[in-house]
Amino acid sequence: MESIIRIQDVTFEYKRTGSETSAILALDGISLDIEKGSFTAIIGVNGSGKSTLAKNMNGLMLPTGGKVYVNGMDTADESGIWDVRQTIGMVFQNPDNQMVSAVVEDDIAFGPENLGVDPEEIRRRVDMSLQAVGMYDFRKKAPHMLSGGQKQRIAIAGVVAMLPECIVFDEPTAMLDPQGRREVLDIVEKLNKESGKTIVLITHFMDEVANADRIVVMDGGKIVMDGKPQEIFVRSDELKKLGLDVPFAAELACRLRQRGIDIPENIILMDELADHIKEHC
Amino acid sequence: MIRDITLGQYYPGDSFIHRLDPRFKIIATLVYIVALFIMVDFTSYIFTISYMAAVIIISKVPLSFIMRGMKPILLILACTFLINLFMIKGGDVLLDMGFLTVTEKGLRTAVFLATRLIMLLMVSSMLTFTTKPIMLTDGIESLLKPFKKIGVPAHELAMMMSIALRFIPTLLEETDKIMKAQLARGADFENGNIIKRAKGLIPILIPLFISAFRRADELAMAMEARCYKGGDNRTRLHSLKFTYRDLIATIVTVLMVAALVIQRILM
Repeated sequence: MESIIRIQDVTFEYKRTGSETSAILALDGISLDIEKGSFTAIIGVNGSGKSTLAKNMNGLMLPTGGKVYVNGMDTADESGIWDVRQTIGMVFQNPDNQMVSAVVEDDIAFGPENLGVDPEEIRRRVDMSLQAVGMYDFRKKAPHMLSGGQKQRIAIAGVVAMLPECIVFDEPTAMLDPQGRREVLDIVEKLNKESGKTIVLITHFMDEVANADRIVVMDGGKIVMDGKPQEIFVRSDELKKLGLDVPFAAELACRLRQRGIDIPENIILMDELADHIKEHC
Repeated sequence: MIRDITLGQYYPGDSFIHRLDPRFKIIATLVYIVALFIMVDFTSYIFTISYMAAVIIISKVPLSFIMRGMKPILLILACTFLINLFMIKGGDVLLDMGFLTVTEKGLRTAVFLATRLIMLLMVSSMLTFTTKPIMLTDGIESLLKPFKKIGVPAHELAMMMSIALRFIPTLLEETDKIMKAQLARGADFENGNIIKRAKGLIPILIPLFISAFRRADELAMAMEARCYKGGDNRTRLHSLKFTYRDLIATIVTVLMVAALVIQRILM
């Protein structure tokens, strides 16, 4: 498979203000390829460097060492930065702080307007994006009248309207209630499965990533685990040491296995586990 | 309750006036204000007052709504009226109350000035009542564009205004939240003298400012991620169009001003 984002031995240092010698190493030799059309989850506790990594993916931050390539373009090359940012869309944590307009549809139009798209085409994209996130009926509303989940869906639509190949979600559900989280995650999955967008989902909730193709676990600016959800979830002891929770179904399957009940290691979702127990035990 | 505050006092509607090009409305408002100052006598008031009446009737904004907006200036209005009424002397004495006298000239000037002030306020409120804040900023941006060459940052000004409008409800909500949090911790905003109460605002303002700066930082990053690079080569979803409606309104406005000017020359 062709990769859309290629991260090569990237380090990133935050300069601590006031002192010249000490700097915080947020990323410490990260190498990662994101395949086109894949759904990759990056997970880690606060301070593990996952958000810094996200901002390095579209040139919002430039690595202090190593290189990041997006479709072969170096993010450090200023002439290609707008192409990079159009290719890699980004949704942030706080939906309030990423909306520029007091009307929903004008906010969606902001990205295409910046790209210099024709007004009729902007109109078409705004309608298309709002339908994609199921918010078309709210197009004339003011953002502050919407719930957190709805606002985040608008923020996603704003990125979808720029027709990116890949969308990086930087903890999109951290500020939402359970219902808002579900709404946002459903859209994330839909964008991957139905629209074929490459998805990078950054989160610290383990239960959000069971449907991903690949999970990358970060700690202290390094990648500590990388593999399919089934491969990651069985290592529950290591995950707990990193301060991460294992999804309930995976945890239960693991405990049952320890008690000598035969449950295959690839079962990580609640429905699968229930079906298996019904049939075999 | 803090969510219900209407922004820029817009009165939602779909009338002829509401649908006019904001650029026309801004210019017409300025022209009207100038016109108010070239009026000379009662006949000229017929033109300006009937123009304003027509605008109000067509816009379907209820008079009570407009009057509510007048309340803050009632005191100033009353003061100017009374000062003019008693201080300006000339012509026949209409009323003699010993130390206070009302003369014909005084009454005329007082009525003139009060009407002028009322009309001034009405025309500017009609602009904001019938124009969405976002359209207003679009209009201002478009009108200022020719001055870009001499260094007027038209796009940046408009962008600042629209972001401010966008964040007013967010920050109001936040103020509400901070106030409740401080009240829960025993802060007292209601008692004490004015200095004490002003000091009480500090625990609200500091968190609010810190949060506003954090929001600004995040918003700037989100805007950059969405390829914002200033006003150059930017297109707009709603491009402003000058339609037949605006043409009709322009003709009416020009006629009103022309009548005023002709009348002034004839006087």
